Amino acid sequence: MAENRYFLNAQLAQMLKGGVIMDVVTVEQAQIAQEAGAVAVMALERVPADIRKQGGVARMSDPGLIKAIKETVTIPVMAKARIGHFVEAQILQALKIDYIDESEVLTPADEECHIDKTRFDIPFVCGARNLGEAARRIAEGAAMIRTKGEAGTGNVVEAVRHMRTMNREIRQLVGLPTEEIMSFAKINGIPYELALEIRKLGRLPVVNFAAGGIATPADAALMMQLGCDGVFVGSGIFKSSAPAIRARAIVKATAYFNDPEQLLAASMDLGEPMPGLDVANMPEYERLAGRGW
Amino acid sequence: MSPTVGAIGVLDLQGGVQEHLDHLQRTGVAARPVKHAAELAGLAGLIIPGGESTCLARLLTIFGLRAAIEQAYGEGLKLWGTCAGAILLARENVGEAPFFGLIDITVNRNAFGSQLDSFQCEALAPAVAREPIPLTFIRAPKIVRIGSDVQALLQTDDYVAAAEDTRILVTVFHPELTPSLAFHRYFARKCGLSVAEADDAGLDPGWTPLSWTRFTPHA
Repeated sequence: MAENRYFLNAQLAQMLKGGVIMDVVTVEQAQIAQEAGAVAVMALERVPADIRKQGGVARMSDPGLIKAIKETVTIPVMAKARIGHFVEAQILQALKIDYIDESEVLTPADEECHIDKTRFDIPFVCGARNLGEAARRIAEGAAMIRTKGEAGTGNVVEAVRHMRTMNREIRQLVGLPTEEIMSFAKINGIPYELALEIRKLGRLPVVNFAAGGIATPADAALMMQLGCDGVFVGSGIFKSSAPAIRARAIVKATAYFNDPEQLLAASMDLGEPMPGLDVANMPEYERLAGRGW
Repeated sequence: MSPTVGAIGVLDLQGGVQEHLDHLQRTGVAARPVKHAAELAGLAGLIIPGGESTCLARLLTIFGLRAAIEQAYGEGLKLWGTCAGAILLARENVGEAPFFGLIDITVNRNAFGSQLDSFQCEALAPAVAREPIPLTFIRAPKIVRIGSDVQALLQTDDYVAAAEDTRILVTVFHPELTPSLAFHRYFARKCGLSVAEADDAGLDPGWTPLSWTRFTPHA
């Protein structure tokens, strides 16, 4: 991948800043998402809440479904490949979608290696729980990062944890005397050159979105106030009782995340949110965020 | 504040807001984000940035900014739409209804294809700079027709990439994603603001693709 291609891919993510990317499983949902003001859609066969419920191996969606959604909307279309499954990524690139999510929501295909994203022209977004994970994905060629959160739970607690962790670690890195940078990079698994760059910028060098458990306008604004550049909503919209209304409200809350009056208006009369899951009592093997290396 | 001595605003709903603010500051122009209708007061010009046009259209309508921008335009506010912004300002859009419909052009959105067809190049826009300037096209639209009161600023084989009438500038590419300040300089002049006399490509050696991040530090 040429350097200018990488920057073009990071710049597409910049154009999505302040927006909401919505999971959709049908052409009709994609239309509703676009009409509600989504900046992009994630095309997939099952939302994370259903993947969690149904169990088994979750794979890349049928490209026929992704293609149908791509033909329906004018906004960018993303789709998920399994962690390390570079052939699923090759197929999605051949389909000419706009962004690939190398996602822990699907069952990992490789428990040691992620996809070498520098070999692709298509951009990738990857999940991260902390600064080291984000930096490793960027070093592998990811042009956009998102928190992992705990997908399919409707519970924002893990996304908050991941964003706070990243912010805290960036603050630590910025405050270190230079002789401690190498050691910090080693302990956190951060490529050294990237540690220097993050220290200089005081943030990740790519766009960082919130994802995993966002179910309400207030959740979206919370993640934005914590410093996210935009929001992914997976199960939170189409597992709620009034998806079109909720989708619009979350778009509004993301744009006006610092304005409590607007957030109040956006939070009213939305119907039932998706059913939530407690993460604290969830056994380790049911947690998707632990996938990724 | 008289409109001729004001700042340039950047519509701050979604998209490349910080990138434009960064370029305006580098151009030496007072710049500020615009999230609410009241923030339009005193502006000489407003940039409607790239982002997603459907999303921007929805938010502009919901928050009453559409009517406020139309009113400010009626009172002399100059407008510049980049990429999605150009789509919103066009009088005709292929296959869909126009939004503001304020400049007599026809725009075909996503005319190049998917993100894999996004590209960079260099081209000469003689009215804007005497040297070729770098251009970044991201899932860009094409201007496929311009009206008789509209001038093409950058014409290629089969489409127009930049155009203007007396009060509106449209570019289907993103000058704010390149080191070139030439189009920002051009728009500032169009707004009646004083900027450097230069007519070169306006390449800022201090600019990098990460310059936008200084507006959104996490630490």
